[in-house]
This record gives sequence, C-alpha cells and structure tokens, in this order.
Amino acid sequence: MVIGAGQAGGWTAKSLRADGFDGRILIIGDEPIGPHERPPLSKGVLLGDAESDSCLLWPPGTLEAEGVELRLNSRVVSIDADGHTLTLDDGTAVDWSKLMIATGGRARTLGVPGADLEGVHTLRSVADAETIRPRLKPGATIVVIGAGWIGLEVAAAARKRGANAIVVELMDRVCARALTPEMSAWVHDLHVRNGVEIRLNCGFERFAGDRALDRIVLSDGSEIACDIAVVGIGLVPNVELAEAAGLEIDNGIVVDEHGRTSHPDIFAAGDVANHPNVLLGRRIRLESWENAQNQAINTAKAMLDAPEPYAEIPWFWSDQFDANIQLMGLPESWDETAVRGDRSTGEFVEFYLRDGLIQGAAAVNNPRDLRFTRRLMMSGKKFDAADLADPDVKLQQLLKS
Amino acid sequence: MSDVTFHQVATTDQIDEDEAMQVIVNGKEVAVINLGGTIYAMDDICSHAYASMSDGYIEGDCIECPLHGAQFNIKTGKAETPPASEDLATYEVKIDGSNILVGLPNA
Repeated sequence: MVIGAGQAGGWTAKSLRADGFDGRILIIGDEPIGPHERPPLSKGVLLGDAESDSCLLWPPGTLEAEGVELRLNSRVVSIDADGHTLTLDDGTAVDWSKLMIATGGRARTLGVPGADLEGVHTLRSVADAETIRPRLKPGATIVVIGAGWIGLEVAAAARKRGANAIVVELMDRVCARALTPEMSAWVHDLHVRNGVEIRLNCGFERFAGDRALDRIVLSDGSEIACDIAVVGIGLVPNVELAEAAGLEIDNGIVVDEHGRTSHPDIFAAGDVANHPNVLLGRRIRLESWENAQNQAINTAKAMLDAPEPYAEIPWFWSDQFDANIQLMGLPESWDETAVRGDRSTGEFVEFYLRDGLIQGAAAVNNPRDLRFTRRLMMSGKKFDAADLADPDVKLQQLLKS
Repeated sequence: MSDVTFHQVATTDQIDEDEAMQVIVNGKEVAVINLGGTIYAMDDICSHAYASMSDGYIEGDCIECPLHGAQFNIKTGKAETPPASEDLATYEVKIDGSNILVGLPNA
C-alpha cells in the first residue's frame, strides 16, 4: 500500500515488483494523474514545450500491466497504524500489511491580505502549471515572490514567453539557502541579462485588487502593478496523516537509514522523509527529484525485509534560460574554492573544499564534470584545488591516480 | 545488399581509454566508446531524457548518463539502473588500421 502518486510513490511500487514482491500493491493519489515527476512543471510544461503527460514516470498502463492498482483522485483521511488499516475520503476502509507514506509536500503560502485573490498562484502540481502557463503571455507582468529555484524558473519561463517578470526577495541575494554568494551573483546576472527585474532586501506586505489581483504592496508602502503573482517560498511537508497516526515527526516524518518510521510496518520516502545521511553525518530532509526516486527504491527493499542502508550525496538541478545549473552535496563550510572553466562563458564548475576534501560543487552547463564530482567525493580522497581548477587535468585521472 | 552500412566515424587516437565521443552518422547521434581498449558504439541519446551519453562516466562495463545517472551496459545497451527502463541500440564496430567504422542498419 502506497500513499502518494508522485516520484517516490511510483518508484516504491515499481521497485516492490522489480524486487520480486507478488502480493497486492495499491497506490492512492489525490491528483487525477498517475505517478509522475515534477521537475518539468516549472520548466518544459510551463514553457509550453512539453505536455503534462510528459511528467508521467512511465507510459500509461505500465504499472497496471505489472499488477499495480491505482486509485487516483482519492485522499487518505486517516491511518490506524496498529490496526493496519486506513480510511479514504469516500469512507472506504483499506487493510494493509506494509505502508509507504510518500505524501511529499505542498507549496508554502503567504497568510497575508489578498492571498485568496484570483491571480495569486503557487506552483507544485500539474494543475498549477496548467493554470499559470496561459497567463505567461506577451505584455503580461508576472510578479514572483521569492527568489528560490521555483521562483527563478517561473521568472525565466515568463521571459521566454514574452511576459515581464519581477522577482521580489526578502534576502540580500538569490537562492541564498542553496548557493554561495558568487554563484548567487552569477544566477542574478543571468536573470538581469535576460530582462528579469530582481528586487532584493524587499519586504512583501500584501496582494491587492478588486476581486482579481492587480498589484502587490511592499513593506515600504510602494506598489507594483501586475497581472499575476506566483509565490515560491518553499515547501511544507505533508506530515498531518503521519502525525495523527502517532508517528514521530520532526521537520518531516522521521525515518531510519532504511526508510522505516517509528512504526515498524510504516515507511516514508521522498520530500516528506527526514532521514540520516551517513556521508554527511547528519539528518536531512531533501526536496529533490533524485532523492525521491532513489530513497523510494531503497525503502522498497526494507519493506520486503531485505534492507540496504540509504546513503547518497544530494544532487539538484535547475534549468533557467540557457543555463543548466547543478549542485552536488550540501556544503556547510569550506576554506577553498576551485573554479574549473570560465564563469564569463557560462560553462564552469566550482568545487568547495575543506582540508582538501570536496564538500560540494556547483556547475553551470557542465553536467559531466559534476557527475565526476560525485565520484571524487565518494572516494574520500584529498584533492589539490589547483588540479581541480586546471582544465588540462582530467578529473578521471585525478580519481584514478 | 547487406542490411548494414559501415561508416568511418573517427580514428582510434581520438578516443582515450575509458572515454567516449559523440559522432553523427546520417544525422543520428552515436556514442563511440573506448572500453579498456576495445571500441563499442551505441545510441548516444539517453532513453530517459535528452542527454548525450558520450558525456557520461564509464565504470565497469557501464556508461552513466550525465544528466540523471541512468547506467547502460556498453556492450549490450541494456538499461541497468533507473531512471531509464528502455535499452539503447548498439552497433557493430570494425577497426580498419586506425579508422573506426560503425555499422548502421540501412533505412
């Protein structure tokens, strides 16, 4: 039994079958679409380059052919952990022997006046993307609240579709949580070059308009006229079901390295799961495509009583204008930065080192070197920043030397 | 007429051991891979998303997609790890002196 038809839910079911489980598998999803991934929603789907069904993890019918039952447009309202049963919103009770909670998260909203006006959006679901897409049109003005990944991808999509884009950010730089100051500056310039207006250190007060949004009001009292606003200020993990079922919660559902919650027959994976990462030496909750996939694959093994510890270096990516931006690791502190390539040409990778150990890396239009970086980090070897920065020294050779 | 036509795509000195390069044959992207001194050829575009496999990392008998990490067996084209589930086509390779020839099926 799997709750959630996103990346983690889909891969749980797929992996249970692949690992030889031949019992009943039921996926319950509250959206009309089967197991799908979300990265295209703020990229290709928003741009109109891709249809929504391109988000499906597998062609329609694939899971059904493997004997997986899908129950879509259906919501779980309660879980009875010790009774091994749950209740759906239409009153149906379903028994389970092992349960995966892959409920992901929802877009954080602003509790300010005007937040319910027509034209104020968040972007998380296929339905959200389909609602926003036609409104990103030439001449329209889009205000984005929050200069994080989602906000910046929406701004990029708006510009590419000929709309004006204004990004309002409370902090003093873009993507401050994920990027170093230098990378923030690079991404900032990328957007300015492409006609996005970015307002930093900018407090947001409220949305305004008669019935429909027509402007936003900032904390200094100034106003920005706009047609729509997209709020991209982070994700709230959907822990309510798990919490009501008595599971341990702490910034997500607390799981062990196998994906098991505080109840032995209940598991969690993906955006909702707070898990230990032995490579980083601390607990993390990741909101990432790769984690949702790989943690689910790994947790499925524990559900079948053949656990393998889950330990991967976090990896993220974003596409904005002509830049593919990728991050490896979650560096907390470093004393050296090595830049390989040229920031000005928009093709480079930055390594962050502490005592010669790579803590993490960020790459623009260089996925190849970033993949090597994972190997470099996994090797546990120390590297010389000068070697890493030298384009004539192949990373492959550094790894093998 | 045979079912396969061989095309000269590169020379052996262009591809170091455990490296790959992309070549275009009849408008088709093909990855030419030097695995431990033996040359193999397979479709260069990952079966999962649009990425060039020849930019990927080679480990064991597999090449790893640079974009999302799917691994394919270089000798057979088999999709070995998620997110890919569809195999890639492989092509026959002939070495003529230092020339690498790849056999593509005739349309």
